Amino acid sequence: MHHLATVVDLSRAQFAATALYHYLFVPLTLGLSFLLATMETVYVITRRDIYRRMTRFWGKLFAINFALGVATGLTMEFQFGTNWATYSHFVGDIFGAPLAIEGLMAFFLESTFVGLMLFGWERLSRTKHLMVTFLVALGSNLSALWILIANSYMQKPVGSHFDPTTMRVELSSFTHLIFNPDAQAKFVHTSVAGFVTGSIFVLGISAYYMLRGRHLEVAKRSFRMAALFGVFAILATITLGDALGFIDGSVQPTKLVAMEALWKTAEPPAGFNLIAWPDQKAQRNDFELKIPYVLTPLITHSLHKSIPGADALERQARAKIRDGIPALEALHTLSAHPNDAAARSRFQAHEKDLGYALLLERYAPDVSKATPAQIRKAARDTIPPVFPVFWSFRIMVAAGFAMLALFIAAVLYSIRNQVTERPWLLRLAFWSLPVPFIANLAGWVVAEMGRQPWTVYGQLPTWLSASTHSVAYMVFSLTGFVLLYSIFIVIEMFLMVKFIRQGPDDGGPRPDHADSSTRAPRLSEA
Amino acid sequence: MDLYAILKLTWWALLGVLLTGLGVMVGMDMGVGASLRYLGRSDGERRAVINMIAPHWDGNQVWFILGGGAVFAAWPTIYATAFSGLYVVMLVLLWSMIVRPLGFEYRSKLPSQRWRNGWDWMLFVSGAVPMLVFGAAMGNMLEGVPFHFTWDMVSYYTGSFITLFNPFALLCGLMALALALYQGGAMVMNRGEGVIRERARRQLTWAGLAALALFTVCGLWVWRMAGYVITGGADPAGPAIPLHKTVVRASGAWLHNFQVHPVLWLAPAAVYVAVLLGIAAARSGRSHVSWWLGVVGWIGTLGTVGAAMFPFMMPSSSNPSQSLTAWDASSSQTTLLWMLGWTVVFVPIILTYTSWAFWVMRGKVTPEKVEQDEHAY
Repeated sequence: MHHLATVVDLSRAQFAATALYHYLFVPLTLGLSFLLATMETVYVITRRDIYRRMTRFWGKLFAINFALGVATGLTMEFQFGTNWATYSHFVGDIFGAPLAIEGLMAFFLESTFVGLMLFGWERLSRTKHLMVTFLVALGSNLSALWILIANSYMQKPVGSHFDPTTMRVELSSFTHLIFNPDAQAKFVHTSVAGFVTGSIFVLGISAYYMLRGRHLEVAKRSFRMAALFGVFAILATITLGDALGFIDGSVQPTKLVAMEALWKTAEPPAGFNLIAWPDQKAQRNDFELKIPYVLTPLITHSLHKSIPGADALERQARAKIRDGIPALEALHTLSAHPNDAAARSRFQAHEKDLGYALLLERYAPDVSKATPAQIRKAARDTIPPVFPVFWSFRIMVAAGFAMLALFIAAVLYSIRNQVTERPWLLRLAFWSLPVPFIANLAGWVVAEMGRQPWTVYGQLPTWLSASTHSVAYMVFSLTGFVLLYSIFIVIEMFLMVKFIRQGPDDGGPRPDHADSSTRAPRLSEA
Repeated sequence: MDLYAILKLTWWALLGVLLTGLGVMVGMDMGVGASLRYLGRSDGERRAVINMIAPHWDGNQVWFILGGGAVFAAWPTIYATAFSGLYVVMLVLLWSMIVRPLGFEYRSKLPSQRWRNGWDWMLFVSGAVPMLVFGAAMGNMLEGVPFHFTWDMVSYYTGSFITLFNPFALLCGLMALALALYQGGAMVMNRGEGVIRERARRQLTWAGLAALALFTVCGLWVWRMAGYVITGGADPAGPAIPLHKTVVRASGAWLHNFQVHPVLWLAPAAVYVAVLLGIAAARSGRSHVSWWLGVVGWIGTLGTVGAAMFPFMMPSSSNPSQSLTAWDASSSQTTLLWMLGWTVVFVPIILTYTSWAFWVMRGKVTPEKVEQDEHAY
């Protein structure tokens, strides 16, 4: 017995809590950085001071958010090692590379230039400062790219092979790793979802000012810009989300089963479960409301392909488990006798299903003596928790279409300059502030809980991946994280609300700075 | 020599570069944080000190994050074994470190003295504690840590976390903190004036002398300590698996490399020379020279540790033959080669724009200027 189930569960809880928390701040950074760059571009082109003040104001809120993104990102970089040691050893040869490149290519860029962006207004010419802002936006989005390349390896392991000598997967093709189709779709989907988050943030807060009749100059312009930015971003998010669903259908059929609560194989034309009440134990939906004919074209982008359900996938998994057993036995032999040629060729014949044997090891520590009942149990594990994935997916999609409607309305009324006369729209925009955050978190749950029971899909089961800590250690660390992060969010929200209430600088002399009226001209001299 | 062995050696050296970057750039900011309450007595003075590093702490901190990523990429077995084995130590490090971004960003957002005072203490904790832990972790590597692997490379740490905070490790931690206070002192001298600069000079002097004293004590301790020797089965060009060699513990083994290659004594000698010259340079007001000599001090310190331990990186005290060495804890040849390519391309670019950022923000920071500046922290 390698790992205590409680320790694995607590490690998962800790990872989910810290990753989701981190993921509250990151999308806003991704989107707001590009919105700042856009605002500043308008300032540099038009030279109107209002756009400088606009950039400065949203930049201040950006900085408050950014600090927590950085802080919580720090722990993520080390958490694979601290809590997922077996995973880290198993995939380190592949997974570490994109994380290191993220540091080299993206995080240094973002973090070095964010200092100049916040403190360099008076020391850089307009164009140089604009360039700096763009580099921050570029850095934060490149950072997302490399993290998602790493994540995509967990979703669809490519460009690697298992080495029985070093007991880990090793890199065979770097280009396959970075051009993972899953990574491409997921990067764009996640990045533009960040743009949506930034747009709703600006839209909602601008709406708040307009409802109060305050800071109208900044608010109207910000609202319009966010609406235009947002409408394109949400369309791209939905399109790429569909592409990602299409990829998942072939790469991770089990995730698809969970997303659609598809217990039985769906022959065309299959209906789409608009809502359902999945029961994992009984392997059926207690209740479902179907839209007929929609599922087949939605998932397969065709009219006559069938979609495998949990029943068929479990059958396949049982075959894979049986096929993987000789691989694990041969591996054990090889660890003691690395030159055993018979064991090596046996391993090679079965290595593609090694991961499935590891899945079985949970129930049958000696897999060669596994009973059919144990194999059935392990095969049943290959279906992820359907209920949370199914509902997170629907929450995400519903949020996406609701935001699309909001952005369309916002664009229509703001280009006609009628926004201030539509208080319902402003109220709607303001109350939509939490929506993108909820959608982002739900998307994470779909992607990562839908990947279960694997940390590396089809290769390394989650139950085997965690560090071998004691329960006491895990309770200690999880409690510490929850306490610390709760204090952080209270402080962050307090400052955010305070600075939003305070609002942007409307121009004119500021009482506390005698020379502030001369500041703008000085900038243009620089 | 085999390409794989050369790559392992190169990445061993690059780990040294990375730790130096971490010690110098992150250490400098942590030294400033840890001594903020000493360097600045009034709120105005403290804001001046904070704003000396305000535009740069975030970029500097990436040395730490890149450290995590690069160890993961090049030394995955160490990433997995060290960070999980030193679990409580890592938590103390991370929890104290993540308070720092908030300290910088949020401290001066409200005028309340209580608020600012609270954050000043947080900056003290998030400066002093991580450096103590960083040094203590290095000390534990010298002593060896109790861990072992099963046949399928699942690692088990069998010690208690209290043993990680043993006297030798704590002395190493204090040494790292002293070097950080020295480096922070040099930085504040560079960018400060008047009374702040004078306090920074005093800090640099005392921290430098303390670092040398601690370096001496730790060095004598290492002399007597049981080190580790490979007695067979290590293959520099072989696959990265730490299960097939034999290792014994032997008193004084950490001096072995120095006896074979006396040129290595230059590393500890460099620490004494650099820090003493750095103190002298600070006395005559040339704090930029002191700063660069501090870099030499870090290189000398980490070089001494590396020279003593090579090829060991993380010895196991409970199962020495499963110790992690430069030959059996790295990534595959393909990954090491690719990562070397990325490093060779990007590190010069990083150094260029980091220098540019420092150049743009150059000049003295005084309480008066901070008071006038609406962008300041």
